[in-house]
Amino acid sequence: MATIAAVIASTHHPFYYRASTSTGPDRPDFADEWVAKIERFRETLTRANPDVLVLVGSDHFHQLWLDNMPQFLVGKAPCYDANWYNEEREFGLPRMFFTGQEDLSAHILRGGLDAGFDLAFSNELRIDHSVTCPMITLRPAADLPIVPIYTNIFAPPLPQPKRYVALGKAIRDLVESWPSDQRVAIIGTGHLSLELGGPRQFGPHGPDPEFDRKAVEWIASGDVEKALGEVSLDSLWEPGNATHGFLDFMLMMGTAGAGEKADYADTLDLFHTMEAYFTWYPNGAPEPGIGESGIGGSAA
Amino acid sequence: MSKYLVNKFLYTIDRDPELVERYRADPRGTVEWWEAERANAILNVHSRERSSWLTFDDAEREALATHDYVKLFELGAHPFLTLTLCIALFERDYDEPLAFQKLYARNLSHFTMPYPDIAT
Repeated sequence: MATIAAVIASTHHPFYYRASTSTGPDRPDFADEWVAKIERFRETLTRANPDVLVLVGSDHFHQLWLDNMPQFLVGKAPCYDANWYNEEREFGLPRMFFTGQEDLSAHILRGGLDAGFDLAFSNELRIDHSVTCPMITLRPAADLPIVPIYTNIFAPPLPQPKRYVALGKAIRDLVESWPSDQRVAIIGTGHLSLELGGPRQFGPHGPDPEFDRKAVEWIASGDVEKALGEVSLDSLWEPGNATHGFLDFMLMMGTAGAGEKADYADTLDLFHTMEAYFTWYPNGAPEPGIGESGIGGSAA
Repeated sequence: MSKYLVNKFLYTIDRDPELVERYRADPRGTVEWWEAERANAILNVHSRERSSWLTFDDAEREALATHDYVKLFELGAHPFLTLTLCIALFERDYDEPLAFQKLYARNLSHFTMPYPDIAT
């Protein structure tokens, strides 16, 4: 059976690509620190030596639209083009291309349906920055086959938070039951507190630093119970009108497992939003251990 | 009221570079053309198979025709769609990075929680 090489949860910030590649007067003053943190975070995946990436994200009204909106969708295609005109326009993101791990997509679809998740699927999916951002930060060579999984965190009505957690756990179980000798990293991206198109957007910090502090603690300590106790579909409007992206962090907490402390946790307080990076090694940290070596972040 | 149709306008303009420029140059004309020709087109469906019932109400039509993103927020348009398209329309008019985004926030500062419902 396949091995879980790493479980990774991250914010996805579409400004990273431009900030990290800009030079001279165009380079923002926070770019160097951001790049240094991303490079340490990237090392947590590189050391895990994955063969395949399962990437959980959310379409931002690119291919999925309100006339036909799936809650959870698994890409099952041999190839995926990526990034869209308006992401090129606003963020300067490059067009990208990935190969698909289609047999793992099929396994997740069959097993997910049989486990009670009525998963939608797509045989022709152009993916967006929720998936390409972690590829840019964590695997810029983009040289591994992928299974993209989209969740609806965007267009109400949404599933309840506990469903995201349950789906995260199911994805892990399904990867672990995939008849393959490959090493799979499961990577999901979402948001902490975030406001888009509202009065609290683009402030000096995220819109709700107190929510961010609590959320980072829940994730780093694997406290699924507390997160589920404090978070509801209604309450997530309060920290910022786009904070439902936190549901993808909750999904990844389900993947990592209740009570499982992150082996690596780091944050970066930026304007507009707080960045947060977490890695778990369910089968033990690759040598040398990330936490012990002190190469960056904080061993939680 | 048709939050869905307002969102559909924002979505279909935002994804088409030519329509973005047309809407910037002639907002009222673009809204009138779009409502007459495109509002009832079902996306990804053959052009002869159309809907028959989608129209803006007066407040929605006027907000779109005047680029009034504050009114669109009040009407419950999806804030991501409004913001993304407005950045495409207006960011170029400001010298400082994020100046337009910050102005946009200030112009919405009279809204308090709970914000207008965006469910469609």
